[in-house]
Amino acid sequence: MATRKSTAKSNVSAEELQSYYRDMLLIRRFEEKAGQLYGMGLIGGFCHLYIGQEAVVVGLEAAAKEGDKRITSYRDHGHMLACGMDPKGVMAELTGREGGYSRGKGGSMHMFSKEKHFYGGHGIVGAQVPLGAGLAFSDKYKGNDNVTFTYFGDGAANQGQVYETYNMAMLWDLPVIFVIENNKYAMGTSVQRATKSPSLWERGAAYGIAGEEVDGMDVLAVKAAGEKAVAHCRAGKGPYILEVMTYRYRGHSMSDPAKYRTRDEVQKMRSERDAIEHVRELLLQGKHATEDDLKAIDKEIKAVVNEAAEFSKESPEPALEELWTDIYA
Amino acid sequence: MATEILMPALSPTMEEGTLAKWLVKEGDTVSSGDILAEIETDKATMEFEAVDDGVMGKILIAAGTEGVKVNTPIAVLVAEGEDVPAEGAKAATTPAPAALNGAEDKTAAPATAAPAPATPKADTTPDWPEGTEMKTQTVREALRDAMAEEMRSTDEVFVMGEEVAEYQGAYKITQGLLDEFGARRVIDTPITEHGFAGIGVGAAFGGLRPIVEFMTFNFAMQAIDHILNSAAKTLYMSGGQMGCPIVFRGPNGAAARVGAQHSQCYAAWYSQIPGLKVVMPYSAADAKGLLKQAIRDPNPVVFLENEILYGRSFEVPVLDDFTIPFGKAKTWREGTDVSIVSFGIGMTYALEAAERLEKDGISAEVIDLRTIRPMDTDAILASVMKTNRLVTVEEGYPQGSVGNYITSVVMERAFDYLDAPVINLTGKDVPMPYAANLEKLALVTTDEVVEAVRKVTYR
Repeated sequence: MATRKSTAKSNVSAEELQSYYRDMLLIRRFEEKAGQLYGMGLIGGFCHLYIGQEAVVVGLEAAAKEGDKRITSYRDHGHMLACGMDPKGVMAELTGREGGYSRGKGGSMHMFSKEKHFYGGHGIVGAQVPLGAGLAFSDKYKGNDNVTFTYFGDGAANQGQVYETYNMAMLWDLPVIFVIENNKYAMGTSVQRATKSPSLWERGAAYGIAGEEVDGMDVLAVKAAGEKAVAHCRAGKGPYILEVMTYRYRGHSMSDPAKYRTRDEVQKMRSERDAIEHVRELLLQGKHATEDDLKAIDKEIKAVVNEAAEFSKESPEPALEELWTDIYA
Repeated sequence: MATEILMPALSPTMEEGTLAKWLVKEGDTVSSGDILAEIETDKATMEFEAVDDGVMGKILIAAGTEGVKVNTPIAVLVAEGEDVPAEGAKAATTPAPAALNGAEDKTAAPATAAPAPATPKADTTPDWPEGTEMKTQTVREALRDAMAEEMRSTDEVFVMGEEVAEYQGAYKITQGLLDEFGARRVIDTPITEHGFAGIGVGAAFGGLRPIVEFMTFNFAMQAIDHILNSAAKTLYMSGGQMGCPIVFRGPNGAAARVGAQHSQCYAAWYSQIPGLKVVMPYSAADAKGLLKQAIRDPNPVVFLENEILYGRSFEVPVLDDFTIPFGKAKTWREGTDVSIVSFGIGMTYALEAAERLEKDGISAEVIDLRTIRPMDTDAILASVMKTNRLVTVEEGYPQGSVGNYITSVVMERAFDYLDAPVINLTGKDVPMPYAANLEKLALVTTDEVVEAVRKVTYR
């Protein structure tokens, strides 16, 4: 693999760099395990894996502070792990068990954690965008300086409610960061087949919203852009758009035969642009970690993921009475 | 350590598949992410990737084999330099998925809600103490007072919608609120129902108590995804973690001569959704007491008003604070010959009809549901068990109407008490016409209620 430099100025410590490596690796190994459990029939329905996009959430979480909120679509496992939710609870939700974050009633696409300020996990493409702006509205109303990271994909970027939200977010100076995770394909439709807009973030200009494109395969570039966006929002200047260019290695969901792109295209991204390999190189070349240090991290992550998988199999299915609970508060 | 590779499930519905092609052979080194095989599922041909690193020890299922059940071992992966375990010596495998889909529970009785009480009894406790001072107020004023009182007591309550602030409300329901509470809490939105309904729901997730005004519920169709999928279902989908205390309110149903796109009644639509509460007041006192209750409720509430009723006056109790509980119907007239059940503007026709019928010696009991969900079915059943006849009155469409649901409840729980078929009076099964004469025909009328009662009482 060709040596890659980070496009961002490296203002991070060795410990921070190691923690990004650890966090990204956790997402990847977790998702690989989820794919495996799906294959065994332990996870049902839809299961959208985040493999390839890890640097996006890990970079942005590095720019967040306690109290900030996040909300996303159904490709949500990575976001939950990155904000510190327990892998056991996430995996057990995937298997539909009592130990899951929603006690098995939400599934892969619908999970929440009030404690970690994670507001879902939404299955309707684009619906999380006004919801995210509403969360930001609540913080502005209360007069604190929290921001809301509102994630959506290049596919959702063509939903009308996104632009209704842009308009009001700017009109009311809402502290919301719109993160467009552009992984190039909305299910099987490439960005080029869905729009003639040369870029998605520039659409914000029609509403006066500032933004930029970010290299989503470089966790340090994502972090730097995130810090800029967060500062903009906290200063009361209203929303900010980050179009993070990323790539999903796996299919849209588990049942995607992926005939809309070539194997070579995926392989090329994996071998030349992989975000985890990138940090690994930065760590080794900068002598911030040894091969043995990284092996220890790999082992540690493998243990965490295995523990989550075991928990997700051992946790019982929800009691039948659960059918009738949580309908009304 | 050797690991068995199992036939994967590659779609939500796959139970077996064809192992179309192996892309590796025994002895090949594979690493995580390599394509091992092509598998034909019920939907498509899929590539199957390796999860672990290792060497292909043995291929157990040959290429071209059809009908390979999910979870059948298809190959054995070994570590570099390791032998394939002998037949019988079990390779390490992730344990077979136990208790899939609750298969072992299929015979267990499903949990059900508490059984219905044998004898339904209506809750007849008065809504306010006997002797309370009353004043005359329009529904419009009562709704405004309800919001103002709740906004005075709780900072988290705010109103948003089109023309609610500077214009003082398209129907003047929010008159004066901007002056008292300011632009932070009384917020004019652009014309963007889908967007501001979503922002309202997000604000409720964030701990506020929004009142979202729709200029009419006809426009809320643009926002219905957020009302159902974002507001109503989130508590359940989050296992009880995330509530959504929000009120969606505005005029619903026909006004006068506004045509097909501005005249629909959505009571039956929203009443179908678990997680929502659906309110439709008739009188000013109920409008006030129910709206205050809705604002305090920790759940999403759809509050359906009526433009024609806005200007009607009723007696409203003079109390510092009073609310009407949800799920408690109100009996406006007691009677013995027939039960007329209605809500919202339908009550106008029900009450007028009862008055006319009284002159002819027919005693009608008139029940106002007030909340469609939760529905006070006990009040309906208790009344039907007394009168043995039922007519329902509503403005919405006939197919899948609220009356249809009431009828099914009565059939199940009071069938033996019925002395005549139940009649569901509704709006006609047509888009609302503009022409005055046709519009009159499309709406349910007092005459129709009178006629229906005569039919079920055989008089």
